[in-house]
Amino acid sequence: MALDASDVEKIAHLARLGINVDDIPGYARNLTDILSFVEQLNSVDTSGVEPLAHPLDATQRLRPDVVTEGDNREHFQQVAPETEAGLYLVPQVIE
Amino acid sequence: MHQKSLVELAADLRSGACSSEELTRACLQRIAEHDGRLNSFITVTESQALAAAQAADAALRSGKAGPLTGIPFAHKDIFCTNGVKTSCGSRMLDNFIAPYDATVTEKLHEAGAVMIGKTNMDEFAMGSSNETSFYGPVKNPWNDTTVPGGSSGGSAAAVAAGLVPASTGTDTGGSIRQPAALCGITGLKPTYGRVSRYGMIAFASSLDQAGPFTRSAEDAAIMLGAMAGFDPRDSTSVDRPVDDYRAQLNEPLQGLRIGLPGEYFGEGLEAGVGDAVSAAIEEFRKLGATVTDITLPNTHLSVPAYYVVAPAECSSNLSRFDGVRFGHRAENPQDLTDLYTRSRGEGFGDEVKRRILVGTYALSAGYYDAYYLKAQQVRHLIRDDFMQAFRQVDIIMGPTAPSVAFKLGEKADDPVGMYLSDIYTIAVNLAGLPAMSVPAGFSNAMPVGLHLVGNYFEESRLLNAGHQYQQVTDWHTRTPQGFE
Repeated sequence: MALDASDVEKIAHLARLGINVDDIPGYARNLTDILSFVEQLNSVDTSGVEPLAHPLDATQRLRPDVVTEGDNREHFQQVAPETEAGLYLVPQVIE
Repeated sequence: MHQKSLVELAADLRSGACSSEELTRACLQRIAEHDGRLNSFITVTESQALAAAQAADAALRSGKAGPLTGIPFAHKDIFCTNGVKTSCGSRMLDNFIAPYDATVTEKLHEAGAVMIGKTNMDEFAMGSSNETSFYGPVKNPWNDTTVPGGSSGGSAAAVAAGLVPASTGTDTGGSIRQPAALCGITGLKPTYGRVSRYGMIAFASSLDQAGPFTRSAEDAAIMLGAMAGFDPRDSTSVDRPVDDYRAQLNEPLQGLRIGLPGEYFGEGLEAGVGDAVSAAIEEFRKLGATVTDITLPNTHLSVPAYYVVAPAECSSNLSRFDGVRFGHRAENPQDLTDLYTRSRGEGFGDEVKRRILVGTYALSAGYYDAYYLKAQQVRHLIRDDFMQAFRQVDIIMGPTAPSVAFKLGEKADDPVGMYLSDIYTIAVNLAGLPAMSVPAGFSNAMPVGLHLVGNYFEESRLLNAGHQYQQVTDWHTRTPQGFE
């Protein structure tokens, strides 16, 4: 599976990841190498094998649906780039 | 002071031979003298450390001290520390002052241990050489032209150089055991779910697990005892009592069944590493263990399976870094997409980007079954191999890494080559088993690690084997030249 520059641009867009135009050929090469390396997985027959999601086969634990945290909004927003009136600010989304 | 083990230092603190403040100042002095050339710390928390040391001295005087009270340690910069910068080795979090403590941070604090600083690491724990850090590479104390291993390279180098008696690390594909091996110290990755991941910045959630670095297995037992335990705040934490990891240390190894997988001794293994590991196994034989050849037939699939599972989970986990709530934000964004794209593009380094791209591709529409699902199925086969082996043997042994520390820059342009330096450690993460690396001699004057893998929750057995081996060998006490 060889990826070209347009594949890399498409994947980067899906990941909302800015990459330099100059780096795209390098990433295409690296990604192609990595994907051809992982293609070894196809050498083994896994029909009927359960996928392993948790090494100990544990399932999601549930807890009672009660409030456990206090209001720490101000404290947590201290590390935010930009806030106003308890809200996170981003560029205007709706015209 | 810096040549002593954690256990010896704890005895000195109890007898009053030294105070925690003296010990902490001595560590700070060692860092000031030596870390310029190692670069093992990102942040040194001098004032907090001295305050914690004074509190520990008060606890010691009042007789309320535990085995870690007053012991300085270094914390990998992946663990959140309330009020202290937590960078994860990334520009993305260069401005991030964690607003809360990780469970491991909290537990070590409660145990009275004194955090002296935050250690350098590969960016978001993605790397095997500590060269992907935004803060520059860490140097191996045994030879400063070589890497310390990664991703917990700073934590390993700091203990190896005697800057601190213990440190923390995390291990997703070998990030504790491989740097422990390359720096000539002891490193333990516990069973998946044994140590809480709460407040530990996530890389690949189904693989990540925290553990200690120390010189000796005995010291590791003490650190693990403080770090381990059920935590309702981590949904994959295992609700099971914590063993007394020191209780079995002195049991004889008579009758211990060791398995040697043929797959770990084949092509690609440096001869000097193989020789040192064989000599170590011979010591275990002398201690009364029996040695059997075993097979783990799907070993060759572990690195490929890992390089689907880990990037897939990383691409999902790292989507939270978007420039909105915390971390790096690009200047003057044109619109929301531009804010996300440029903040992430500027904040993440090359290897992190590579893995996000691979993971995004593997999880994208139409590819999920071919990559992620397939890798999770292969993961099942890899676990079955281990379960089969543990019917015959108690501990699986082999080399931790295929070679000793490689040169800085040597594998920088070869991601797949770099990934293969974790070939013996990765399968253990895929299966979620506990494993440890202990110093087992030298090859070309650089340390070699012996890898011990146990069945689920058998950390005590690994520590027992490591401790007994360290009673008849002195590799773990060696200090690199210039740091004596």
